[in-house]
Amino acid sequence: MGVQVNLISKEKLNKMGSMEKIRMILDNVKEGKIVVLESGLTPEEEAKLIEFTMLEIDHEKFVGIELESYPQREKSLISKILGKKHGRLTIIGPANRLKTIEKQEDLIKALIT
Amino acid sequence: MGILSALKKKLRFLYKIFLRKDKLKIGIYGPPNAGKTTLANRILRDWIGEIIGTPSEIPHETRRVKLREGVKIQVDGKSITIDVVDTPGIAAKVDFHDFLKYGLSEEEAKRRAKEATEGVIEAIKWLDDLDGILLVMDATEDPFTQVNVTIVGNIEARKLPLIIVANKIDLPTASPARIKSAFPQHQVVPISALKGINLDSLYKAMAEKFG
Ligand SMILES: Nc1nc2c(ncn2[C@@H]2O[C@H](COP(=O)(O)OP(=O)(O)OP(=O)(O)O)[C@@H](O)[C@H]2O)c(=O)[nH]1
Ligand SMILES: [Mg+2]
Repeated sequence: MGVQVNLISKEKLNKMGSMEKIRMILDNVKEGKIVVLESGLTPEEEAKLIEFTMLEIDHEKFVGIELESYPQREKSLISKILGKKHGRLTIIGPANRLKTIEKQEDLIKALIT
Repeated sequence: MGILSALKKKLRFLYKIFLRKDKLKIGIYGPPNAGKTTLANRILRDWIGEIIGTPSEIPHETRRVKLREGVKIQVDGKSITIDVVDTPGIAAKVDFHDFLKYGLSEEEAKRRAKEATEGVIEAIKWLDDLDGILLVMDATEDPFTQVNVTIVGNIEARKLPLIIVANKIDLPTASPARIKSAFPQHQVVPISALKGINLDSLYKAMAEKFG
């Protein structure tokens, strides 16, 4: 049996609200899918995602998520002025299927089983 | 009459601001097992002769936030009074199977896992009530984990003063330098909370950063 991977574009993510993104991620991950976000989540959204994950862990089928992203870059002057926050490339999957092998500043290696 | 009571109100308001500024709530954060409770106990033992909780080698030992108010720290003629907030370790997964190898029964392990998930939520919620953070990392482990990145990101977004504590430097494989290179924009203080190594530097850093 294969594993479904959903790659969500920046354009699609930009049109979604925070809760909409979190719901979409958790629904997919709880079905065993892997989600890759082109523009990621803000730190606040990541914290919210962890909170909702905790609420939905059932200690049987769903034991949580594996989440990997890159830290935010130092903000450029323009994005500071515009006050826009951008996350970076992010991968999220069920903790029992997605394992991070190695994480560096500029490289994430993960294993899907 | 009106003026007087208005004045009283204003004074009380100023008093409150003064008190608030004087009382700093400092949260001790980090992944499970990093040594947060050991550090909280060390700080409290050093300054008020008490402890706040029980450390354990089993992850998610702390599952409720614990607060001790009015801890006065004095270094080099400078003094700060803080409220110490020990928080449950933050994780994105909690699998009860992980507790079985410590000899817990399945029932105990499941209860611990459930309480642990609630603890993670409580720890995240408390971020909004704090004036400064001690982020504790186990210096023998890879510091560049998502939980650490997410916590640091949230502290930065809230503009809270942050000291990263590189703990367990008594162990031979500890590498505070690895933590520094993962989070170069933040101050890193290497300590051993268990053995009481380099706590003076931490207190000094706290007085400077939070005071
Ligand atoms: N060698 C060494 N062990 C330490 C040190 N600090 C804590 N430990 C040990 O690490 C384990 C976890 O310590 P705790 O203080 O319970 O860690 P915690 O971060 O509060 O953990 P949770 O409450 O589960 O999130 C215990 O076995 C401690 O004895 C240290 O400086 N050196
Ligand atoms: Mg603890």
